[in-house]
Amino acid sequence: MKKILLLGSGALKIGQAGEFDYSGSQAIKAFKEEGIKTILINPNIATIQTSENLADKVYFLPVTAEFVTRLIEKEKPDAIALSFGGQTALNCGMDLYKKGILKKYGVEVLGTPVSSIIASEDRQKFADHLQKIKIPIPASHAVSSINEGLAIARKIKFPVMIRAGFALGGQKSGVAHDEKEFREISEAALSFSPQILVEKYLHHFKEIEYEVVRDAQDNCVTVCNMENFDPLGIHTGESIVVAPSQTLNNYQYHLLRSASIKIVRSLKIVGECNVQFALDPKSNGYYVIEVNARLSRSSALASKATGYPLAYVAAKLILGKPLTSIINEVTKVTQAAFEPSLDYIVAKIPRWDMEKFRGAEEKIGSSMKSVGEVMAIGRTFEEAIQKAVRMLDIGVHGVIENKFIDEKEIWHYIKIPTPKRLFAIASGLKKGFSINKIYQETGIDRWFLYRLKNIVDAEQLMSSKAMSKDVLLKLKKLGFSDRRIGEGLGISELGVRALRKKHSIIPSVFSIDTLAGEFPAKTNYLYTTYWGSHNDVQPLKGDGVMVLGSGPYRIGSSVEFDWSCVNVALNLKKYRKKSIIINCNPETVSTDYDMSDRLYFEELTFERVADIYEFEKSSSVVISVGGQTPNNLSSRLDKYGVKILGTKVKDIDMAENRNKFSDLLDKLKVLQPVWKNFSDMESALKFARRVGYPVLIRPSYVLSGLAMNLSYDESELKYFMKRAIEINKKHPVTISKFITNAREVELDGVAQNGRLMVYAIANHIEHAGVHSGDASIVYPAERVRFGSGLRILEITNQLAEKLKISGPFNIQFMVKENKVYVIELNLRASRTFPFISKVTGVNFAKVVVDSFFNKSQEYKINYPPYVSVKAPQFSFARLEGADPVLRVEMASTGEVACFGETAEEAFFKSLIATGMSLKKKTALVTVGGEENKLKFAESVWRLKNLGFKLYATNHTNKFLKSKGVKTKLVSKVYEGRRPNVVDLIETRKVSLVINISEYGSQTERKTDGYLIRRAAVDNNIPLLTDLNSARLFVNALDKYKVEDLQIKSWDEYL
Amino acid sequence: MLARLILKDGSTFKGNSFGFEDSRAGELVFSTGMAGYPESLTDPSYEGQILVATYPIFGSYGVPDRKFWESSRIHISGLIVSQYIDTPSHFESKMTLSQWLKKERIPALEIDDTRLLTQLLRDKGAQVAKIVIDREIDFYDPNKENLLNNVSVKKIIIDGKGSKTVALIDCGVKENIRRNLLKRGVRLITVPWDCDIFVLKEKIDGVIISNGPGDPKMADLTIKTAKVIMAKKIPLLGICLGNQILALAAGGDTYKMKFGHRGQNQPCIDQDSKRCYITTQNHGFAIGKIPSGFRPWFVNANDQTNEGIIHKNLPFMSVQFHPEATPGPVDTEWIFDKFFKCL
Repeated sequence: MKKILLLGSGALKIGQAGEFDYSGSQAIKAFKEEGIKTILINPNIATIQTSENLADKVYFLPVTAEFVTRLIEKEKPDAIALSFGGQTALNCGMDLYKKGILKKYGVEVLGTPVSSIIASEDRQKFADHLQKIKIPIPASHAVSSINEGLAIARKIKFPVMIRAGFALGGQKSGVAHDEKEFREISEAALSFSPQILVEKYLHHFKEIEYEVVRDAQDNCVTVCNMENFDPLGIHTGESIVVAPSQTLNNYQYHLLRSASIKIVRSLKIVGECNVQFALDPKSNGYYVIEVNARLSRSSALASKATGYPLAYVAAKLILGKPLTSIINEVTKVTQAAFEPSLDYIVAKIPRWDMEKFRGAEEKIGSSMKSVGEVMAIGRTFEEAIQKAVRMLDIGVHGVIENKFIDEKEIWHYIKIPTPKRLFAIASGLKKGFSINKIYQETGIDRWFLYRLKNIVDAEQLMSSKAMSKDVLLKLKKLGFSDRRIGEGLGISELGVRALRKKHSIIPSVFSIDTLAGEFPAKTNYLYTTYWGSHNDVQPLKGDGVMVLGSGPYRIGSSVEFDWSCVNVALNLKKYRKKSIIINCNPETVSTDYDMSDRLYFEELTFERVADIYEFEKSSSVVISVGGQTPNNLSSRLDKYGVKILGTKVKDIDMAENRNKFSDLLDKLKVLQPVWKNFSDMESALKFARRVGYPVLIRPSYVLSGLAMNLSYDESELKYFMKRAIEINKKHPVTISKFITNAREVELDGVAQNGRLMVYAIANHIEHAGVHSGDASIVYPAERVRFGSGLRILEITNQLAEKLKISGPFNIQFMVKENKVYVIELNLRASRTFPFISKVTGVNFAKVVVDSFFNKSQEYKINYPPYVSVKAPQFSFARLEGADPVLRVEMASTGEVACFGETAEEAFFKSLIATGMSLKKKTALVTVGGEENKLKFAESVWRLKNLGFKLYATNHTNKFLKSKGVKTKLVSKVYEGRRPNVVDLIETRKVSLVINISEYGSQTERKTDGYLIRRAAVDNNIPLLTDLNSARLFVNALDKYKVEDLQIKSWDEYL
Repeated sequence: MLARLILKDGSTFKGNSFGFEDSRAGELVFSTGMAGYPESLTDPSYEGQILVATYPIFGSYGVPDRKFWESSRIHISGLIVSQYIDTPSHFESKMTLSQWLKKERIPALEIDDTRLLTQLLRDKGAQVAKIVIDREIDFYDPNKENLLNNVSVKKIIIDGKGSKTVALIDCGVKENIRRNLLKRGVRLITVPWDCDIFVLKEKIDGVIISNGPGDPKMADLTIKTAKVIMAKKIPLLGICLGNQILALAAGGDTYKMKFGHRGQNQPCIDQDSKRCYITTQNHGFAIGKIPSGFRPWFVNANDQTNEGIIHKNLPFMSVQFHPEATPGPVDTEWIFDKFFKCL
């Protein structure tokens, strides 16, 4: 075997996130060690696996059967690996297999046979298979209609669980308690999948998972087991999870272990497999819930939880190597054929971002809504869980949060599962709610509830006037932060820190060695604990440079920061520095065992970063490559005396403090939209009247545009002003004049001591007003005129010099009528850093490191003969009720980028890569506003010429008629006639929905526009809501057929 | 209550007592198993040892009914954990771990940094130690004594039905070995360690020498019996201590390991099939010289120590690990089947 085609997972979306960057990267390394070439197809340009020096060839193309087929024709790989790219890769592989493509081109499927994958994915086949090997599964039936399903539900009795077949992350599944709920859930599920599964709902069963590896020689071990804090009914991706299991005795542990091994053997899995069980809390009865015959989110978690490199080992196994031939890469002295023993506990908590999605339902359940996760390591559950909640970076400092109004509200949040449940339980325990009652309501094992109570009880000690050494140590051992203790004692966080040090209460550094200390492994995988009296490692002192990671993935902070972080860490070697990464996100590559000299799986809080800095006696800290989370620590770390690499903190402040920055721009005579801070409604309204609507409102100190909104009139301004003040009472609200129809341009650069070393300019396809994270971005910036380009560069040079920038930065500009305005300057690596690095061929992260050491050269990037377009990936289908429209507040969960000869080609590929597929030439077009209608008329004409059958609602229909384009009139919902526009979408009469609103009309939700957009998303029909991107897409359709899109690798473009 | 753990080398650890409040001495060993403490604590092989659990959270699912134990009582001399859980949660729990320890008069301590303790034992080797609560006591080395009288049955027990009769020499047998034999349908005669099975006037189809505590060389009478068994070519299976006894009886040798193997994740490679099995282990001694006529059957994948021997042509076999598991993985239960085929 010489050449392997590896399928990546594409954009990050809910249910399929960064974990597949980790697994793919490990696989490539494992193949490379065997002298095998890897061809990678993955449009996710922000990933580490698509970096130079990993795969032999990278194709930024959609992972679909059509593209992969053409790629196979071109590359002629010997084999294909399907298990490292999540459900996307697996589905694509099954598709290729069913179409006979793999057979036709003689491509061997590595690892688990496709027949087994199909058996594990098709629920009826899976059920039959398990019955045959006598493994219990809940009574269930696969059906393809609602009525059939109802008959089953009546037979096995409500409540029943409904699941959609072939869906990732439990999409569209749910528990139905009666016929009405049954109809609702199954209708939604059947719109996504031809098959649904109706099964017995196992009330309050425990949910337990095993991660199993098996080789072709039939060696089989379970690497880790995990227990969900939340009982069955809440998807494991939505659950708090601990490893190892806490409430299982030896019999149960091995009952389930043996069952998972039996299943894996019977399916002839080679590589990695995840098995999920439901276990009766009142007996040893159990059922198998799910099997994932591939690397999964759980396996990434298990890998980080144990230190066992699951993906790496799985990659070796699918090549046919026996497990017994692989060395434990962590210890270097023991075998991969073993089962890790932990001497700590890990707790994972999902990270949700519900508030980012207007209208989204807060309740969590059997399908995934979370966008990321954190993992904390401690010697006790209390220590781990308290760390974990801080890692979430949601402004919470421990599990005890008193944000509930009264007992009634606490009970509400205990009963209804939402992201607040953990905090509601702690609050309830504090109010004296009984553990039994909480157990009955939640099904959360009493073991966990008693542990939380232990934390709540310890909090009482904080009220005591004199804080003795013993009490302080006890609180620290139970995971209380200095800040929280300070609040209890009425002193500052630094005051507690000083007190702690006076008593020599400082955390110990322990290593994760996979063997609970049995062998003297020299590992670099570390965590801190207050349950220690020794350290497992010696400080690196001046050799060490700390690199702060990004924390959990969430809207606005995702794999792109991990790319920057990893690349900075790797490039430190050149300056003979040892990298020390701090991060707490198990989905990342930065937390892999071989990415840094030292990895602290730890909190990105001031307290912990300072602890590690003091322990390591590090030379300096990099805070500018992990996004906003580390960046926010800059001033506190600086004040504390921590040496920060790159731009000075006072200069960072100059850029971040809106007043200072505005003054600077004025001084430099650089244009900016008029703005002002307000704390009261009256003066805000007065200002808006003066500058004219629309205006942009944003609260201070929030991430990725939370509560940022455009107001087109006074009533909207009043509404949003009120909301912004609620979110952050302490800080004023900024209101700025919004410039309509302006082009937004981004410049990413690296400077050294105020001199620009490298930069690249890209522009948004959408007009300003769409958050840069949600915008489609084109490189090179082909729509920026020469004069504006010069001005942009001039401003950039001025700002770099004035702020003495050293390191990464990003400036967002607005260009209208050849006037260049500065919107924002960020003195850190931006979201577009990996995109820009990969499309220019210059690794900006490497330049960042060079600039830190004053060794950067100046780069001149030539105008390229290709175009690349980055497109956002949305996960609206996952978020019931959320309005799928582009706004100033970011909502996308991931991104892709593809190359092409033209922007149209690149954009077309990118859209396909985010899931766009046109089944038929039918489209619904609704365009609001005269100006939009005029601008879009030409595109509609083109669609018509392409043979599209077009539907339009009243105004659009009339307008187009006047322009000579005939469309079929369809009535709006409020008009009351059926079938209406939503019926049209639900019956799939259209394959594309173009819905362009005049402006956000953001206060009201249940408009026809909302209903149309929601229906499109709920029925999995491509939706375009932005004028410019819709126009570009139509142009692309006009110029290219899908088969015209070129199959060219990254290096063929560059 | 505050107490201390004092090691022979002078290292002292402060701890909170949560067991029986009395001083106790023994050999300090660590185990890396993460679940299965009721099984471990009642494993007679731990006789005379103070057990350090590397998994820091202990007592989580309480203590089950006697029928789930591995013997009639707790055999460890003392227990060291990091965090003791006094609020267990399990449908089978009958009492808390603390209540059980107090009832069985076993001291136990919470010591924060059990990882340090583990590293110390790993680097310097297992050593004697004492838990000191209130009164001072002397160190005590259980390996210098014959412990078999403390753990073996006092009289012969016959149970089970079957066409074959198997003698089980109890050197401190774990209940699950007996369960495993009985469920395969045999007439089982369990005898004390020093019993000469040939005076029983029984037709014995096979013999098993069980696990047990201490230095195998102390089991002189069992070694003698084993010699006769092999001379008579009766199928023989040794488990753990039984493995060492078999090796000594056949002319091999054993040695004391630095800190032994105690845990549930030891990988052992079958030398014939090259297959790897994850095994439960609890031993401080191992086979050094392999007796003539035998060949290595299993080898530990981590440190290459011998994990079992098998005779080249006679039905004599033995394993250093625990095919009966409890606690731990049940992957090697087939050893019993293999032995039964020889009967």
